[in-house]
Amino acid sequence: MPDRGSNAVIEMGADRLADISPLKKSVLLLSRLWAWAFLGSMILFFIVSVKITSDGAVNFLTVRNSQNILVAITPVLLLGLGQTFVIIGKGIDLSVGWVMSLTSVLAALAIRGAFNAGVPLFPSIVLGLLAAVAGGALVGFFNGTLVAKLKVPAFIATLGSSFIVRGVALLMAENTTVSGLPRGIRDYGNNALFYLIRGEGGGLFFLERPEVTGAMLRNLDRILPYPVLLTAFVVAIAIYVLRRTKFGRHTYAIGGNVEAALRTGIPVDRHIIMLYVMSGSTAGIAGFLSTLRFSAGSAVIGDPLLLSSIAAVIIGGVSLFGGAGTVVGTVIGALIVAVLTTGLVMLNVQPFWQFIVVGTVVILAVIIDQSRDLIVGRAQSE
Amino acid sequence: MDPILSIRGMVKRFGGLTAVSSVDLDIYPGEVVALLGDNGAGKSTLIKCVSGVYHADAGTIEFQGQRVNFSRPIDARRQGIETIYQDLSLANNLDVGANIFLGREVQKRVLGGLFKPLNEQYMLDQAKAALDALEIHFPDLTQPIESLSGGQRQAVAIARAVYWDAKLMIMDEPTNNLGVPEQRKVLELIGKLRQEGVPVILISHTLPDVFAVSDRLIVMHRGRKVTEKKTADTDTQEVVQYMVGALDDTREQLPN
Ligand SMILES: Nc1ncnc2c1ncn2[C@@H]1O[C@H](COP(=O)(O)OP(=O)(O)O)[C@@H](O)[C@H]1O
Ligand SMILES: [Mg+2]
Repeated sequence: MPDRGSNAVIEMGADRLADISPLKKSVLLLSRLWAWAFLGSMILFFIVSVKITSDGAVNFLTVRNSQNILVAITPVLLLGLGQTFVIIGKGIDLSVGWVMSLTSVLAALAIRGAFNAGVPLFPSIVLGLLAAVAGGALVGFFNGTLVAKLKVPAFIATLGSSFIVRGVALLMAENTTVSGLPRGIRDYGNNALFYLIRGEGGGLFFLERPEVTGAMLRNLDRILPYPVLLTAFVVAIAIYVLRRTKFGRHTYAIGGNVEAALRTGIPVDRHIIMLYVMSGSTAGIAGFLSTLRFSAGSAVIGDPLLLSSIAAVIIGGVSLFGGAGTVVGTVIGALIVAVLTTGLVMLNVQPFWQFIVVGTVVILAVIIDQSRDLIVGRAQSE
Repeated sequence: MDPILSIRGMVKRFGGLTAVSSVDLDIYPGEVVALLGDNGAGKSTLIKCVSGVYHADAGTIEFQGQRVNFSRPIDARRQGIETIYQDLSLANNLDVGANIFLGREVQKRVLGGLFKPLNEQYMLDQAKAALDALEIHFPDLTQPIESLSGGQRQAVAIARAVYWDAKLMIMDEPTNNLGVPEQRKVLELIGKLRQEGVPVILISHTLPDVFAVSDRLIVMHRGRKVTEKKTADTDTQEVVQYMVGALDDTREQLPN
């Protein structure tokens, strides 16, 4: 027993990180930054290889290309954002693909219904957004309740609901497509904050789409289309919530140690339900945006995106074991997937190679992630 | 002096098995009481009834002079009964500050409360102060605690309990899975808790530890309390006899 007077200081030893060798330390650092490094080197690779294979005629890093990539990642990223929260909280949401389809249909039906009933275009579109988000949130609530209250494993719960949602989407669309949407809707899905006309008589235009026709159209670039802006806004909220708020902290805690979260009085069940509601909601935004973009609701649009979105999340460093990952990581992951796909297309590589490459990168990402754990070592084993 | 915790006639059954059988127990302020017994004696079950994990089938609990009836662990924690489990109550992916404030995070108010970001700096400072108070020193408080050793994490759990003003600390085999030097550190911490006047119920199989830190010890056998002694009045050999059921104060000793 330590006696009162000795005043012994308890030195808990050096941080284990401080003990490891410089080599291990740099491996560790690399594993943290690898996604950035990978994205950067991939862009460089495509800049060079596209230039070479086209004999200098084609440039990879153009305004148009960068904007295309941004547009391409919006749905994948939106699906991935909710997924990021769910997976950090040690769950998984396999329903987001079909939820996106369902909410695309819901948005289309709402917009068409409202507009045909005499509601002006913009309020109709807002109604469409609300319908899509509400529909997605409802599915999320269903998923979350299954997982949190009825203790159905997340994989099974969301797989099951995914089938249900698929059926409902096709039922509601009365086929696969909901068309007959008001004409002006296209503008909201495709207009941009800035327009750039290259060449003579060109310039940068703010908000107003300049009148261009014919050959000049090829010189018109849209910069920051509205869907990208909306997605960026959602990304900003997600970063804030995950990094800076109690909600985010609890998400990590639940993923890291559910038992500890329960013991410290975190309302775990309610929180888990909320995670799935968020995931459904971001899928709803994705569904809404696809309806705007294509001026039609599609009951099959989301399904192929599910796996890409999970790939983006995993490449971005979210651990399927829960408790680790960031929103920025997911954004980089989505960028990596999109840059890869775009770049390979520009290199005229046959499309199936895209799948092979993306799959390889996913596996690589997980291996790098785990090598980090191996190097740091599981503290438990001490 | 009045006991801070007073248990009377506690019974807990699992189906046909009586895990805790009419146990009486008093804990006084500032004492370290060891709870001993063979595996399956009912020690963990007993303390789980106190900490709100289980609901006793019979008996009463008085805490700080009040009858209490915890339905969930968090109810017990709110009254100041903190339980330290080996690893279970910390999130290894979060840093020391986040763990000390887990579930009780402090927020800032920005733009009239529109945004409520976490007050990281405040929590970090407080965490540091809480550790300093127990003279625990870490080089870096902002690392996820998975980079800490088992003993260091145990120290974080204890500091958290003290920071949140624990009135009674329950430790169920806190030194399990720890290396010898780490075990010693945890024992030192228990000593510090006593200095601070926080009573401790310590479950441990390591008898030398028990004799080193406890004021009193209670031995359970097959769900019953078979003896209760001042640590100074007994020795390892006698305690072991109680643990294996060779001695039992509650039954008439047969003349030998
Ligand atoms: N949740 C439970 N369900 C059924 N039996 C249990 C449960 N928890 C403990 N027991 C039984 O109760 C008895 C006492 O267990 P426990 O309190 O864990 O003992 P100790 O902590 O002293 O080793 C054992 O026989 C054990 O198998
Ligand atoms: Mg036990």
